[in-house]
Amino acid sequence: MFYLIQLLNAVQYGLLLFLLSSGLTLIFGIMGVINLAHGSFYMVGAYLTYGLAKWTGNLWLAIPIGVAIAFAIGLLLETTIVQRLYRRDHLYQVLLTFGLILILEELRSIFFGDEVHGVAVPEVFNYSLPLTETLSYPVYRLFVTAICLFVAIVMYFVIHRTRAGMMIRAGNSNREMAAALGVNIPLLFALVFACGVALAAFAGAIAAPITSVAPGMGNQVLILCFVVVVIGGIGSINGALLASLLVGLADTLGKVLAPEYSGVAIYLLMAAILLWRPQGLANRS
Amino acid sequence: MTHITLPHWFLLAAVLLLALVPLGATTFYLQLGAKIMIMAIFALSLDLLIGHTGLVSFGHAAYFGVAAYTLALITPKYEAASFWLTLPAAIAAAGLAALAIGFLVVRTAGVYFIMVTLAFAQMLYAIFHDTKLGGGSDGIYINVRPELTLAGFTPLDLESPAQFFYLALILLIAVYWLLNKILHAPFGRALAGIRVNEQRMRSIGFPVFAYKLGAFTLAGAVAGLAGYLAACQFGFVNPEILAWHQSGMVLMMVILGGMGRLHGAVIGAAAYVLLQEFFSSSALFGAYAKHWQLSMGALIVIIVLALPHGVGGIIDVAWRRRGYRQARNNGIGENGNG
Repeated sequence: MFYLIQLLNAVQYGLLLFLLSSGLTLIFGIMGVINLAHGSFYMVGAYLTYGLAKWTGNLWLAIPIGVAIAFAIGLLLETTIVQRLYRRDHLYQVLLTFGLILILEELRSIFFGDEVHGVAVPEVFNYSLPLTETLSYPVYRLFVTAICLFVAIVMYFVIHRTRAGMMIRAGNSNREMAAALGVNIPLLFALVFACGVALAAFAGAIAAPITSVAPGMGNQVLILCFVVVVIGGIGSINGALLASLLVGLADTLGKVLAPEYSGVAIYLLMAAILLWRPQGLANRS
Repeated sequence: MTHITLPHWFLLAAVLLLALVPLGATTFYLQLGAKIMIMAIFALSLDLLIGHTGLVSFGHAAYFGVAAYTLALITPKYEAASFWLTLPAAIAAAGLAALAIGFLVVRTAGVYFIMVTLAFAQMLYAIFHDTKLGGGSDGIYINVRPELTLAGFTPLDLESPAQFFYLALILLIAVYWLLNKILHAPFGRALAGIRVNEQRMRSIGFPVFAYKLGAFTLAGAVAGLAGYLAACQFGFVNPEILAWHQSGMVLMMVILGGMGRLHGAVIGAAAYVLLQEFFSSSALFGAYAKHWQLSMGALIVIIVLALPHGVGGIIDVAWRRRGYRQARNNGIGENGNG
């Protein structure tokens, strides 16, 4: 039973990572931009949810409004700043998005302070499923798992079965050719970037009641996303899904087996994958 | 005849000027100056990777931090450790960490390399942060600075800000000289070749992997020297010194000064440290001084968008224009650049 709980936690964590890393890997695959600020958007989502939930008193209102605001921020950033990075060297993309992290982190400090906040779990889900006499599992975590799965399925459907998804795939495999065939690349890029930001913010929003809303939460999660993207292979959504689950599993197992060294488990996994398949699990060399 | 160009005279003048600083400066400026020179050594080591080998490492603070922790861990609690023992140990530890991590990361290229170097640096951060090994998130105090003795007497007392300033200056010059020598040696030329066209270097028969790993290790060791000096100066280490903010900061220094030029790294380090002092000055910014990263972040964004070659790039462009004008006036073509 104990291991079932850990397994459920691992899957929930892995799926949450997938929401984040799929945005990161799509933005890289399609626009060739490495976005360090991706973790900061996770933070933005969590803090917006915290602020809006406090203001409106309703989490179900706070999450969609927060995600919408994040989408708008994404559009604004893409059209004013990120757009200019497409043809630049990765080095400058890293530097500029690093600057964005500093800005977002300080804005967070100015508007919300440096304390750790909590978001209450909504009434409907605020109970635990008893598994044995002593162990139980919080329903909200199951809800998060279900939501993540739902979003992943919707994303799969959009990318593989709709016209917009076709354009995204075309842009991913060959930007110039897609443009030549009449795809409105600037618009597509702006939308994909904003969607990536909104996904990250959404992940932050639904994770807020589980984890605490704290400074530095974005940076921690960004590194995990990098590990996921490196393991899965850049630009691959399927690879990101597989790698997210693996990282979720490794992290949870590490916490159970060697708590003090749990932070190292995922990096060992990454080192092993690098030795075995430097191009990632899903990409062919 | 040795070929001494005008920039070299500038360099010499700058060094002489710096050597005179301790005669008239207060402790605050001595410490600021030493900090700039330490950061310059750090930036030089990263420039070897980014500007000269084409490897964009985003985890360079790891080696800086490993060396700093090495000093903190081998210094006894109430007495001074030997400079001659701790310095090589710290540099060796940083170099070994770079060798081990480099062995894994140098296989990757481009954006993978950026992410993987960052991830491994965070791994070291997690080790120092989560385990008891390095005092956890509180870090370790170095109560007594290392003792630099030579045949029974102490030429430089590291507890004195002025003498520490000289030590930093001497080591900065030594690193600059060493890297300059290496870059002009066959090893450095091979690195330049790898930066420009790795495939070609491989097909000519250069062991590209070994060269890159060598550069990565050397850069890690030199970063270790900077980390050692920083730990000496502040008398304190904590996990934040190998966090990625530090890696981003040193990257910013290299870009600010213009990469691929050794003097650029030094200029960039000075510019960054002074800017940080400026933005975090509460006399100028009042209550917002503690949010100095906001101004720094905005400046980074502006610099990336507006100055693709860094601040050093402006100087270079001005320099080259001057060169062209001179050449045109003299009626001869532009001769080889130094």
